[in-house]
Amino acid sequence: MKRAVSAALAALVLSTAPLLAGCTPPSGERSLTVFAAASLRQSFTEIGEAFEAAHPGVRVALNVAGSSDLAAQIAQGAPADVFASADTTTMDRVTGAGLADGDAAVFATNVLTIAVAPGNPDGITGLADLSLPGLRLVQCAPQVPCGSAAQAAAARAGVDLAPVSEEPTVTDVLGKVISGEADAGLVYVTDVRGAGGAVEGVAFPESAAAVNRYPIAALRGAREPELAREFAAFVAGAEARKVLEDAGFGAP
Amino acid sequence: MLASARPDSQARGFTGLPRWIWAPAALGALFVVVPPAGILARVDWADFVLLVTSESSLAALRLSLGTAAASTAVVLLLGVPMAMALARGTLPGLRVLRALVLLPLVLPPVVGGLALLYTFGRLGLVGRWLDVLGVQLAFSTAAVVMAQAFVSLPFLVVSLEGALRTAGGRYEAVAATLGASPTHAFRRVTLPLVLPGLASGLVLAFARSLGEFGATLTFAGSLQGVTRTLPLEVYLQREADPDAAVALALLLVAVAAAVVGLAYGRRGLR
Repeated sequence: MKRAVSAALAALVLSTAPLLAGCTPPSGERSLTVFAAASLRQSFTEIGEAFEAAHPGVRVALNVAGSSDLAAQIAQGAPADVFASADTTTMDRVTGAGLADGDAAVFATNVLTIAVAPGNPDGITGLADLSLPGLRLVQCAPQVPCGSAAQAAAARAGVDLAPVSEEPTVTDVLGKVISGEADAGLVYVTDVRGAGGAVEGVAFPESAAAVNRYPIAALRGAREPELAREFAAFVAGAEARKVLEDAGFGAP
Repeated sequence: MLASARPDSQARGFTGLPRWIWAPAALGALFVVVPPAGILARVDWADFVLLVTSESSLAALRLSLGTAAASTAVVLLLGVPMAMALARGTLPGLRVLRALVLLPLVLPPVVGGLALLYTFGRLGLVGRWLDVLGVQLAFSTAAVVMAQAFVSLPFLVVSLEGALRTAGGRYEAVAATLGASPTHAFRRVTLPLVLPGLASGLVLAFARSLGEFGATLTFAGSLQGVTRTLPLEVYLQREADPDAAVALALLLVAVAAAVVGLAYGRRGLR
């Protein structure tokens, strides 16, 4: 019976393995698995397509999630070739554990902005307006990068922010503003751009106090180390730069 | 054991269980039991007490126990009449209604949260009228209780409805011939009969409320002491402090196991 159990377990593991690794490529094709921060979804889909066009026979598989989740997956041995993080702290965890192939390079920056309903009904002009009585502000929790950035910006502006909710991800903040539950939310410039008119952005000068840097690195465990390094270089190149700029990312 | 002449011991000795049942059953049991053990293996025992007694952890635990108790009370008040109506009622379209009210059971929690948001949110179907009246549910503890009650109500209804159907209506019929009013029969005959089913339904509802995550995050938000329940705290902590997240996860498992063990352990003694 013991043997039957282990055989069944093995069958279960084997049958799910291809799912875990993304789709297995058809023979003759080379596959590159890229782990990218959630905010890079749109840009990296486009960049991946451009990379595929420049490298016939190569298929780019994108795994998009929060940076910390991705770093944890990589530390647990997930099959990834390239990692692009939304902040340097998370990337440092990966490079510090000796999981990166060479150094990480910053390829883009992102800053906070105030997301409000289209037409800015509350007439918000800057951070100081966010502490107006009755205004429902939502931001990220200080434990996550977008939350610590919000704290840094508030400290620079000298305002006390009292959010009605501290969300675990920036997409949750954006969602609360889009649905009208919150009057204002602190999100990234790229989130407002990606929301396509569902919200409006109000820029504020103190956002310079907390600029998010996006590093990319090829990984040690890569099945295609050469291709992984090429992709990392491609993301830093002119063609990718254009895509990133269109999405609202700043230059490194 | 040899089958004896006494029918009850015969029923106990011969189970008619095919031998091959054990392999998939054991696999299923392992699949469920090993992951919680995986948490145990990851716990940082040296700092465990410190991690689970931090201010944010205690606030989350208090909020979780309080909201789960409140939502279980809501479920009791609404679910018992619902189960009675579904099990005993004669209404055209009751079967369709039954499928509809059990919908939260199969709805992904995030979808449940969105459904609540579009109904009771500030701009929602009902919420916009509540807003006019000055009632704002979003980002409040009441919203947490609503999200929990929404997802756990079907658990009680299913459990109790099953018990009611199994018990049948013959005792109530006898009570009626003896002059008991329907309400009196419900209180003195039906409720005592289905008490075990009611208890297990309440336990399931409480445990489901305790673990509620998706609908809470989508509908209620996440603020310490107000809406950030234990599962939300675990989710947040795993970003910054995985050790704290694991310790809290274990606490959550322990509370849930204690609740289930308490209820089913007592039933086992009967």
